[in-house]
Amino acid sequence: MPISESRLSEIRSLANAARDKKASLGPDIDLEKFKEFVQRNRVENLSSLNSQVREAAIMSGMDIAEEVRSGSFVQLNHSVIYESLNKKYKDQLQIMSTDDAVEKFDFIEDYFWRIVKPDQDKYTAAVALNPTHGYFMRVFANQHVEYPLQACLLVDENNISQNVHNIIIVEEGASLNVITGCSLSKSDAYGIHLGISEFYVKRGGSLTFTMIHNWADNFDVRPRTGVYLEEGAKYVNNYILLKPVKSIQSAPNVYLAGENAVVQFNNVIYGLGNSYIDLGSKMYLDAPNTRAESIARTIAADRSIIYSRGDMIARTKEACMAHLDCRGIVFSKEATMYAIPALVSEGSVKALLSHEASIGPISQEQVEYLMSRGIEKDDAVSLITTGFLNLNIPYIPAFIENKIRDIINATAKEAL
Amino acid sequence: MLQVVDLWVSVEGKQVLKGVDFSMGFGDVCVLFGPNGAGKTSFMMSLMGFPKYKVDQGKIYFKGEDITNKDIYERAKMGIGLSFQRPPTVGGVSLERLINLLSKKNGISDEEVESILESLKIKDHIKRSINDGFSGGEMKRSEILQLMLQKPEFVLIDEPESGVDMENIALVGHAINHLLGKDKVRSPKRGALIITHTGYILDYVNADKGYIFINGRIICSGNPRDMLNEIKRNGYKGCQVCQ
Repeated sequence: MPISESRLSEIRSLANAARDKKASLGPDIDLEKFKEFVQRNRVENLSSLNSQVREAAIMSGMDIAEEVRSGSFVQLNHSVIYESLNKKYKDQLQIMSTDDAVEKFDFIEDYFWRIVKPDQDKYTAAVALNPTHGYFMRVFANQHVEYPLQACLLVDENNISQNVHNIIIVEEGASLNVITGCSLSKSDAYGIHLGISEFYVKRGGSLTFTMIHNWADNFDVRPRTGVYLEEGAKYVNNYILLKPVKSIQSAPNVYLAGENAVVQFNNVIYGLGNSYIDLGSKMYLDAPNTRAESIARTIAADRSIIYSRGDMIARTKEACMAHLDCRGIVFSKEATMYAIPALVSEGSVKALLSHEASIGPISQEQVEYLMSRGIEKDDAVSLITTGFLNLNIPYIPAFIENKIRDIINATAKEAL
Repeated sequence: MLQVVDLWVSVEGKQVLKGVDFSMGFGDVCVLFGPNGAGKTSFMMSLMGFPKYKVDQGKIYFKGEDITNKDIYERAKMGIGLSFQRPPTVGGVSLERLINLLSKKNGISDEEVESILESLKIKDHIKRSINDGFSGGEMKRSEILQLMLQKPEFVLIDEPESGVDMENIALVGHAINHLLGKDKVRSPKRGALIITHTGYILDYVNADKGYIFINGRIICSGNPRDMLNEIKRNGYKGCQVCQ
């Protein structure tokens, strides 16, 4: 095994010590409840997924025909059921399960549990001690892949903890677009998804990572993500949540370690049902001329509770710039929303940090303006709300917009 | 086409219209003059049915039907359109999206849309959010564009010259003339009520009648050009004396 026994032992030891360590944010979850281990057989192609699983994958942005994707990875419960790489791109990139990558590559030790710590909390510890796959993606130096890679992490059984560890490496001067979805094909399933993601973008590289989450009322989710950016690297993170979830708490750490590194986060969050949503990001501006931007568009409907956070932490002594734009609409009298931007300058005398955070209703003025054009009130509200959530995220399937419209039509009535 | 009888309107408890009587026929083009704060825009907003403008007394009839209690959408559907003086920005909704929606709704072909965009020189702006960062001239052109796609029978135009440079005034003026069907013999003629401070619009649009609005009421009517000349000479003080 390429990873040394001493390193593995160190990881296990740290994780063991943190087995009961509560996370600082989000409701605490008893992981002992989720004991089932469920494996599934591989499939030949994505079309042969059973209809429920296929539907769930599509709802997470998967292109079943793989026509506009360079490769695919699908995990169902605790099994990797599909991996493919379009032959055209075999000299440009790699996609496989993280377990396979750990077996195969000597270099993996440098990227394994480096920017997410196994002892961060009980959830990272659980993945370190009982990992169940996850994906590994790597694009070679100076390669620019035409179409995105896609990955889907699915659950279709109760009482399981899906503990994935994902690693993406963008080598120097390369660029990669990744679309991932996490989804349930069983709407009443209860369980937990623990996802460790470590992304490394090397000098001059670029990674655009889009994640669509489709969970359900009884499912808890605790992603733990670290992103490391070298000189001139660029990372764009798009996150879309349009279905209820029992609870989700995540705040990726992004380390802008190299000069001129750039990061942008775009979050589109729609709180439905009794969802407890606590999402944000922490961006560490550690090098000169680094730039960070975080945009969140959040709607709280039904009885949802949403925390929309963003921390910009300047640590370089040279110039750097960060901006948070965090806006929310509360649709329901029973919903709660918190917008919590934080700007921190640790002796960073040349840092320019700013934020605009707002929570407000749908603009009556805008609704009336569109009505005066002969557009019905409900359609005007839908148009404005869709526009509010529109962050122009590329490669998002058209149905996502339709889905947003459907949800708005179902939930916006209380808003005016 | 439009008849207003003894209209009293208040905004947040403040009386802004104080017994307006007004009427105009099909295809008529009328101009409203008046000092700032006289109630001209309030009158237009009341005609369009904005809920902030509360009708305390009086009636509004459009095409013979009492529309006093109809909402904005219903009035628009009946054929009333409004070009705003300062339209709001609608973030995230591109002008292109609204164009597609209105043209589809009102049966306007792609070729026709293309030709309207060309004539208004606004094609470069349609990918932007509605009114987002538009200059004064761009805003007015966008308003006229939307009205052309809406195809109302009667349009309310609030200060088409405000914030517009001279070059754009000509463009907007010609576009309004086209919208009203005044530039073609066979085009259907639309009625219009236009608020103007400068009167520049009268160089492009042949108005039938002018009205002077002061202190929430119409105090006189007459030939719009004569009225404009009088206002330019003596301001609105003369109107108050005349009254």
